[in-house]
Amino acid sequence: METLEFILPAISYSAVWPQIILVATALFVLLIDVFKRKAKTASIAFISLAGSMIALACLVMTWPTSGGSSFGGMAFTDGFSFFITLTVLLILIMTIMISINYQKFFLGINCGEYYALILFATCGMTLMAAAGNLILVFVALETMSVCIYALAGFHKDQLRSTESALKYFLLGAFASGFLLYGFALIYGATGTLDIAKLGKFMTSHPQILNSKLLFAGLIMMTVGFGFKVSMVPFHMWTPDVYEGAPTVITGFMATGVKAAAFAALIRVILVPLISLKGDWTTIMWIAAFLTMTVGNIVALAQANIKRMLAYSSIAHAGYILIGFVAGTGLAQAGMLFYLLAYALMNIGAFGIVALLGKEEGEYDQISDFAGLGFKYPMMGVAMSVFMFSLAGIPPSAGFMGKFYIFTEGIKAGYVWLVIFGAINSIISIYYYLRVVVVMYFHPSEERVVMPKPSRTTVLALAIACWGVLLMGIFPSYFWSFATHCVFTLM
Amino acid sequence: MAEYQTIYLTLSAILFTIGCGGVITRKNAIVVFLCIEIMLGAVNLAFITFSQANQSPEGIFMVMCVMAVAAAEAAVGLAIFVLLYRKTGFINIDKFNLLKW
Repeated sequence: METLEFILPAISYSAVWPQIILVATALFVLLIDVFKRKAKTASIAFISLAGSMIALACLVMTWPTSGGSSFGGMAFTDGFSFFITLTVLLILIMTIMISINYQKFFLGINCGEYYALILFATCGMTLMAAAGNLILVFVALETMSVCIYALAGFHKDQLRSTESALKYFLLGAFASGFLLYGFALIYGATGTLDIAKLGKFMTSHPQILNSKLLFAGLIMMTVGFGFKVSMVPFHMWTPDVYEGAPTVITGFMATGVKAAAFAALIRVILVPLISLKGDWTTIMWIAAFLTMTVGNIVALAQANIKRMLAYSSIAHAGYILIGFVAGTGLAQAGMLFYLLAYALMNIGAFGIVALLGKEEGEYDQISDFAGLGFKYPMMGVAMSVFMFSLAGIPPSAGFMGKFYIFTEGIKAGYVWLVIFGAINSIISIYYYLRVVVVMYFHPSEERVVMPKPSRTTVLALAIACWGVLLMGIFPSYFWSFATHCVFTLM
Repeated sequence: MAEYQTIYLTLSAILFTIGCGGVITRKNAIVVFLCIEIMLGAVNLAFITFSQANQSPEGIFMVMCVMAVAAAEAAVGLAIFVLLYRKTGFINIDKFNLLKW
C-alpha cells in the first residue's frame, strides 16, 4: 500500500509577521465593535492605527539582504515585496489617519467593519506583492477586491455609493474570471503554478515559446490585471467607482490597489515570462499609449474633482506602463519609485478633498475650491504641492518618477512612446493647474466651509506633502533604495 | 494529450464563452452574476483537466481556492444587490445611471 509522506516545508513566520499583525488587528477591531460603548468608539480608529504601525515596525525589522522565499516557495521575502509592502502600509496608515477626520461628516463609517475591511484589504495587497505562487496571487487579489467592493458601497444611505459598489463588483468579478482562465492556460502549458518554477521552465524549454496555449494565457492575464490597474480599454469602471465611493476609500483604492496590481503584474508577467517579451511588448506599447492619452484627454473635460483624479490615475497607470514596456531591472526600480511617489501625492490629494465635507455630503466639484487657497492657506499650499507633483513639475516626486521611467524607456529604445508620454504630461498640466487657479484666483464662495480638521489628519497630510517634496529634492536616496530592492528580486 | 482532455477543454471554452456573452448581453444584475459563476465553473473544469494532464495536484488546490473565493464573492455581491433593491425597487443594471457608465 502506498504511503503518503508528509513533509512540512521550512516555515519562517518572520516572512509574514506584518500580515499576521494586520489580520489580528482586524479581528480585534471587529470584536471591540461588538462590545463598544459610546465612549469607546473613537478608540477603534486608534487601535487600527496602532496595529498598522506595529505591522510597519515588524516589516522594517525584516530588512532583506538577499532574495529568498518561505512556506515552500509560496511567499517571497525579497526586496521587491519589502518595497511594495512598505508602500502599502504607508498608504494604510495615512488612510486611517484621514478617516479619523472624515468620520465626522459620515458617522456611519465610525465602526469596526470599516477599519477591519481596510486592514483585510491591506493584508491582501501585501500578499499580492509577496506571492510566489499563482494560487496565492489569486487568493490575495480576491481578499483585496472583496473588501474593496464592500468599502466602495460603505455610504449605505447614498445611492451613488451603492451603485459604484455594484459596478465595481460586477466588472471586478468578470475580470477575475479572465485572470483565472489565464492562470489555467499557463498551468496547462507549463504544468506548474509556482512562479519561480515557471520562470525556470520557460528558460529550460525554449520550444514552449511557440505554444498558443501560453500566448492565450498571457492575453487573458493581461486583461485581468489590466482591469485592476485600470489600463485602457479596461478602464470604464474607474471614474464611476472613484466618484461614487467614499473619498477616503477612493484614495485608498487609487493608490493601494494600483500598487499591489502593478506588483503582481511584474511578479507574474514581467519576471517569469520575460522570454515572451517579444510577444507582449507590442500589446503593452499600445496599451501604455492609449492609457496615457485617453486618461489625460478625458480628464480635461471633468468638473468633478474625484472624477478628474480618476482619469488622472488612469493616465498615471499609462506612465507606469512605459516602465513595464522597457522591462529592464532599472525600469522596474523606476516603477517602484513611481508607485511610492504616486501613492504619496494621490492620497494627499484625495485627503484634501475629504477635508471638505458637510453634513452627510461632500463638496466634490472643482468650482467648490474657489478662493480656498487664501481662506485656508495651509490647505491651499498642500493641495498645490500635490497638484504640481501630479503634473510632474520639479522639484517634486512626480517629476523624478517620470524622469526615471522615461530615461529607462529611452535606454530600452522606446523613444516614440516616451515622446508621447512627455506630450501627455504637458497636456495634464492644464487640468492640474486649473485646480490651483480656481483655488487662488477665483472669488471665494461663502457656502464652502472647511471644519477644523483633526490633528492626526493634518499630520497625515503633512507627511504626504513632505514626502512628495523630499522625494523630489533628494531623489537619490529613494532611487538607490528602489534599485537595491529590485536587484534582490528573485 | 488524450482525447477526453480535448473534449473537456472544448467544453470549458464553450462554457466560458457562454458566461462571457451572458455578462455582456444580460441586464439583470443577478443573471449577470450567474454568468460570472458559469465562467468560474469553466475555469475549474480547465484546471481539473490540466491537473490530470500534467499529473500534478496543484490544479486541484486551485479549484478549492476558486470555489471558496467564489462563495465569499457571492456573499458580498448579494448584499450589494439587496441594498440596491431595497432602495430602488429594481435590479436592472441599465437603470443605474447616477454615475455615467
